[in-house]
Amino acid sequence: MSAEKTSFAQALNAALDDAMADDENVIMLGEDVADEQGGGVFKVSKGLSGKYGTKRVRSTPISEQAIIGAAVGAAITGMRPVAEIMLMNFITVAMDQLVNHAAKLRFMSGGQTNVPLVVRTTTGAGVGFGGQHSDMLEAWFAHVPGMKIATASNPADAYGLMRSAIDDEDPTILIENITHYGMTGPAAVPGYRVPLGKAAISREGGDVTLITYGRGVGDCLKAADQLADEGIEAEVIDLRTVSPWDEEAVLSSVAKTKRAVIVHEAVRPFGAGAEISSRIHEELFGELAGPVRRVASYPSPVPFAKPLETAFLYSVADIVHAARETTQKKVQ
Amino acid sequence: MNKPASSPSLSPDMARTIYRKAYLINRTDERFRAMLTNGELAVAYYPVRGHEVIAAAAMAALETEDYLVTTYRGLHDALGKGIPSRLLWAEFAGKRTGTCKGKGGPMHITHPETGVMVTTGIVGSGIPIANGLAMSSQIRGENRVAVASFGDGASNIGAFHEALNMASVWKLPVIFLCQNNQYAEHTALAAGTSVSSIAERAAGYGMPGVSCDGLDPASVYEAMSEAVSRARAGDGPTLLEARTFRLLGHIFGADFSYVPKEDLSAAEERASMTKLRQWFSERQVSEKELTQIEEDVDAEIDEAVAFALESEPPDPDDIRFDIYETEQAA
Ligand SMILES: Cc1ncc(C[n+]2csc(CCOP(=O)(O)OP(=O)(O)O)c2C)c(N)n1
Ligand SMILES: [Mg+2]
Repeated sequence: MSAEKTSFAQALNAALDDAMADDENVIMLGEDVADEQGGGVFKVSKGLSGKYGTKRVRSTPISEQAIIGAAVGAAITGMRPVAEIMLMNFITVAMDQLVNHAAKLRFMSGGQTNVPLVVRTTTGAGVGFGGQHSDMLEAWFAHVPGMKIATASNPADAYGLMRSAIDDEDPTILIENITHYGMTGPAAVPGYRVPLGKAAISREGGDVTLITYGRGVGDCLKAADQLADEGIEAEVIDLRTVSPWDEEAVLSSVAKTKRAVIVHEAVRPFGAGAEISSRIHEELFGELAGPVRRVASYPSPVPFAKPLETAFLYSVADIVHAARETTQKKVQ
Repeated sequence: MNKPASSPSLSPDMARTIYRKAYLINRTDERFRAMLTNGELAVAYYPVRGHEVIAAAAMAALETEDYLVTTYRGLHDALGKGIPSRLLWAEFAGKRTGTCKGKGGPMHITHPETGVMVTTGIVGSGIPIANGLAMSSQIRGENRVAVASFGDGASNIGAFHEALNMASVWKLPVIFLCQNNQYAEHTALAAGTSVSSIAERAAGYGMPGVSCDGLDPASVYEAMSEAVSRARAGDGPTLLEARTFRLLGHIFGADFSYVPKEDLSAAEERASMTKLRQWFSERQVSEKELTQIEEDVDAEIDEAVAFALESEPPDPDDIRFDIYETEQAA
């Protein structure tokens, strides 16, 4: 990590810039990504078409199937396309290309082709975009063998995950949380990689494990501070990659703390937390001090009005409450 | 809509190549159906009877390195593009020695060595992927073209329209080869498609739309060669419709009594293999050469069938491989 501070958007831009400089097979395509169209709605690709040309950084028609399809086709020839789907809900339009093709071509071809594709997309509740621009859909893709999905909690990891996803020989979806773009943090040193499938321990503690990713990491760290005031030491695990997730890191932490709370912004039913909780119970049932808890959003479409949006999203207080419950004996 | 003039300008060499491919496709399709009928194989199969000439002549206009994306009804395209019979048969039989180690099956044939990059079972979805293959060639400054092969019904799905627009905007070296067999499952063309010739749809995307007779080798070969030249010259995509008739049910064994008898017998007459043979013999392919081609192909198929039947099926443990680059836990 360098001492320099950077924003999430700048970190992503630097990762793309460095990857394009290192390998001419890296190309970008998406709506409005070239400079003439603004360099991306969130400016993540700003300057890149100027530097690498519009052959390699292509603004596309509004055609999500055609964008992902073209990226898949280029990927099976050994190019490394980074396709942008402006907002995660628009990925629904391209599901066939992702689920039936990107994720499966390696297997169905018996390993003759593979799809080194990165899909960048953004989403997240809390900014008043309502029902069709805010969903966290990572669990859908975690349910598709052949696909990888990851999301960063800080600018340096955003850089490192992007570089690893571009290097990776399989398709990866990277979710950028819409509330994160302005966040600043230490910059990654150029060339930094965050290995896919490896979690980070964001805070160590012995009483309860908080397992999360993306925006949940900041919230869990806040909750851990409050819990520390009550004498509860929480360990915070940032999964970074949702699928394939780092079972080893999670199970060894929970084997130590005997208590776990899983936190994610996506709605609770059938979310990533269900799988993680299930695996913890399967592997550590006899050692747990209590059942695994989940903190997640309320199962409604993301609402517009502030009081409703607040009711939808979990809160830091919810995390504190759940962690306290798992450690009740100790508090009493 | 331009109609290519049907001229007898095929060279004798090219005529032999096309006859060989057409005969191979026809015999393979027939042999496969016979083996399904007698129970030697049990697989979902989409017959290609009526499509032989399209694949034979269109693929003959391509180089091995050119890319192809085709569909579940793709046996003809795969053979036309040059996949070795034995690898194709082994994959159709679900064997480890097949193109895809038995993991793909008839609906998902891949063989990059001969340019067969994707075979998809999702109607229309290969069309955007062909754009990506063409885009790769364009960015790398290669001379390869990409071909998306699909049916008339596929021209009604969104992916077709998105892909044609994008290909035209980017002037991609791609050929959209629509094999119009007049039916999409049980739905006749007029019942589900707003135009009577798919080539008309090109106008909406600012690209040439060409319709050729899919039962006439010269018509297909010339139209395809022109589209390929346009793509190689950097002048962008073509929508090429090759018109034929589906002579059997949608899938092997399916009822097709909904196809009017008189239409079917007229099409059978036009698509007769005897007539096709006659057509080639009139184009400087001698009786001796025709017989030689047929004997070679028959032997190739016999050998391929034996290879497929003798080959080992996949090992259950193979399931862990080719999901990701690294193998998965047992
Ligand atoms: C997206 C999608 N919808 C429906 C189907 C089921 N289906 C398979 S083939 C077919 C008809 C396609 O007709 P056409 O494109 O004319 O090709 P043909 O079978 O005649 O070669 C349908 C509806 C499918 N495979 N994919
Ligand atoms: Mg059809």
